Amino acid sequence: MDFDLSDEQSMLKDSLDRLLKDSYGFEQRKKYMADPAGFSAEMWNAYAEMGLMALPFSEEDGGLDGTPVETMIVMESLGRALALEPYFATVILGGGALKAAASADQRAELVPQIAEGSLKLALAHTERNSRYDLHHVETKAMKDGDHWRLTGQKSVVLHGEAADKIIVVARTAGDVRDENGIGLFLVDSSAEGLTRRGYPTQDGSRAAELSLDNVPAEALGDPANGLPALQKTIDGAIAALSAESIGVMSAMQELTVDYLKVRKQFGVAIGAFQVLQHKAVDMFVAIEQARSITLYATMMAGSDDATARAQAMHAAKAEIGRGGRVCGENAIQLHGGVGMTMEYAVGHYFKRMTMIDTQFGDADFHLRALARGQGLFKAA
Amino acid sequence: MDLRYTSEELAFRDEVRQFLKDKLPADIRQKLIDGEHMDKDDLVTWSRILNEKGWAVPHWPTEYGGTGWDPMRQYIYLEETQKWPAPQPLAFGVNMVGPVIYTFGNAAQKAHYLPRIANLDDWWCQGFSEPGAGSDLASLKTKAVRDGDHYIVNGQKTWTTLAQYADWIFCLVRTDPDAKKQSGISFLLIDMKTPGIEVRPIVTIDGGREINEVFLTDVKVPVENLVGEENKGWDYAKFLLGNERINIARVGMSKQRLARIRELAAKEMSSGRPLIEDERFREKLASVEIDLKALELTQLRVVAADAKRGNTGKPDPASSILKIKGSEIQQATTHLLMQVMGPHAMPFHSGDMDGSNELPIEPDYAATAAPGYFNFRKVSIYGGSNEIQKNIIAKAVLGL
Repeated sequence: MDFDLSDEQSMLKDSLDRLLKDSYGFEQRKKYMADPAGFSAEMWNAYAEMGLMALPFSEEDGGLDGTPVETMIVMESLGRALALEPYFATVILGGGALKAAASADQRAELVPQIAEGSLKLALAHTERNSRYDLHHVETKAMKDGDHWRLTGQKSVVLHGEAADKIIVVARTAGDVRDENGIGLFLVDSSAEGLTRRGYPTQDGSRAAELSLDNVPAEALGDPANGLPALQKTIDGAIAALSAESIGVMSAMQELTVDYLKVRKQFGVAIGAFQVLQHKAVDMFVAIEQARSITLYATMMAGSDDATARAQAMHAAKAEIGRGGRVCGENAIQLHGGVGMTMEYAVGHYFKRMTMIDTQFGDADFHLRALARGQGLFKAA
Repeated sequence: MDLRYTSEELAFRDEVRQFLKDKLPADIRQKLIDGEHMDKDDLVTWSRILNEKGWAVPHWPTEYGGTGWDPMRQYIYLEETQKWPAPQPLAFGVNMVGPVIYTFGNAAQKAHYLPRIANLDDWWCQGFSEPGAGSDLASLKTKAVRDGDHYIVNGQKTWTTLAQYADWIFCLVRTDPDAKKQSGISFLLIDMKTPGIEVRPIVTIDGGREINEVFLTDVKVPVENLVGEENKGWDYAKFLLGNERINIARVGMSKQRLARIRELAAKEMSSGRPLIEDERFREKLASVEIDLKALELTQLRVVAADAKRGNTGKPDPASSILKIKGSEIQQATTHLLMQVMGPHAMPFHSGDMDGSNELPIEPDYAATAAPGYFNFRKVSIYGGSNEIQKNIIAKAVLGL
């Protein structure tokens, strides 16, 4: 067992952290956010130049053969910077779906474009009534010659407006909550019948509502049995979000501890008060536990055992959800009034952490899902 | 980064499992499964079996009988013994005074005491806490005054676990009353048969008699029983308390208890079906499992870091996290186990405590559930309370 990064992995981490340190200060981030796209095209290109987009794809598809560990490294660093670019939407969600479902020909066409930064993707799976159930799909797909036509509504599509192509989950057969009859479809953002309404999200990013009216689409993989590929995609996304959370939580912790050392009341730095020290320690313990469960999720993200993989993601997302809340709420509390202000960074981390819990299942959802299974530990 | 066990580590794990299966007496294992206390004889029996195998003190340097296992193997060994379950060695000898003696003791002390600890020829207990010195241990008052070739020791120790069986006690005593409080303390080894020592039991809320008060009145201790230097005892005590990183979280024990909870929750009925089918109960179980899985990885991170830099024996704030989360999980699981029993947790099985042969009240497996919960409130108190652990992290890690 080895918890150390390889030399190449350390270099990846160092160079990305250096880039973000130089280019992603709090004030710079505000400027990026003000761009109509909601992020920095310059940073996006810088990531592509570093090879981040190509990282998780196989070499034969035009990628760099990175493992979930490389993804963990990148996501933690992006989390620490509260980076706004659609890396997660394009590479983790979109790219994950391509890896799980697309044909070799489709990957050969799309992955090189992702790798060079010229193609942005989004994944449209959530619907108004689906909540966190991946198999709840009302959007319909109808066969039309070689192609498909999609009709329905999608909610909270991360970076749906910026995407050049959108992977849409739609039903080819069965009832709304059937596990069979679900397909993944590739839709061009300029396709006729597609309407996108973009909006800012609570955490400073952007998302969109999609309305699909007989929109032409291309199937990715088996249009009648796409749920396992979607689950695999989301499992990878949960591992990645867990890693992002570690970056977010660590940044909150550092800001908070620094503040405790400089803020004076009653004539002393408030970090001298034991009751505040213990809250800061609660944050620290929550982060270390979150980091550990993230390692576990990362280790399991590449597994082909769908049940064991899902169990690990349930555990990780639940732990991240509750640990993130302990960390975030304490960070605000320990900052006092200044933590409430838009002008100060800690609140933005808190908001990102809070929104992570609402994506792909909150702590309660995953706890319940884990509870239905046979447990995380095999009997001796 | 590779978070899997290597094939050598897996082979080692199988070797440990096979050894436990072949060598641990079934009655001792059953007592542990039922949550009963170990008798002195049980522990002596098992310690001798281990010592014959060469596994009594795995983490000690090989020159003193250690196995030479790297930290990962030490962890695997512990985890397997806890999961099986097998008795844990008497910590006061194997994990506490043993390492102090081989690190700070002289050649004669090493030669005499270490083999006797490994074979459990000597049962050790710990004389640190006093009525007025708990978390503020350095305020201890037990005095040792030099008189020729002896120290004359006077004072009182408390919370002394299993002192009723003990042959020896290692004590922190004040040898320089004028020094600043941490500086005047020495580390003495005292034979429990010395005149002037009186052991009085303290009954705990679970009805158990693990702990004692130890009164020392004009106890004559030969000067050769001083470990290391006079007035340096506080350093040795800090070493002792921070030395425990590989086992402090008790992950294997909590796994074993979770397995027991699942087994018994399948027998106990709730709303006309086995309790294990109850969603609320399953969620509580899942919640603890998540915490435990994270803690297991935290523990492994600490073990791997030790393996990499070599165990320096220095206190590591990471052990404070392991202590905090480990104790919370142990307490959560003992509470869950009691909840499994429902109303059958109520009967107080005093017979078990007194060694009587009365038939137990059914179901007999419920007997230790509530006492186990009551007893395990101790784990967030002993060895530096969780609040003290938080103070340590705040200072040593966060710099507050």
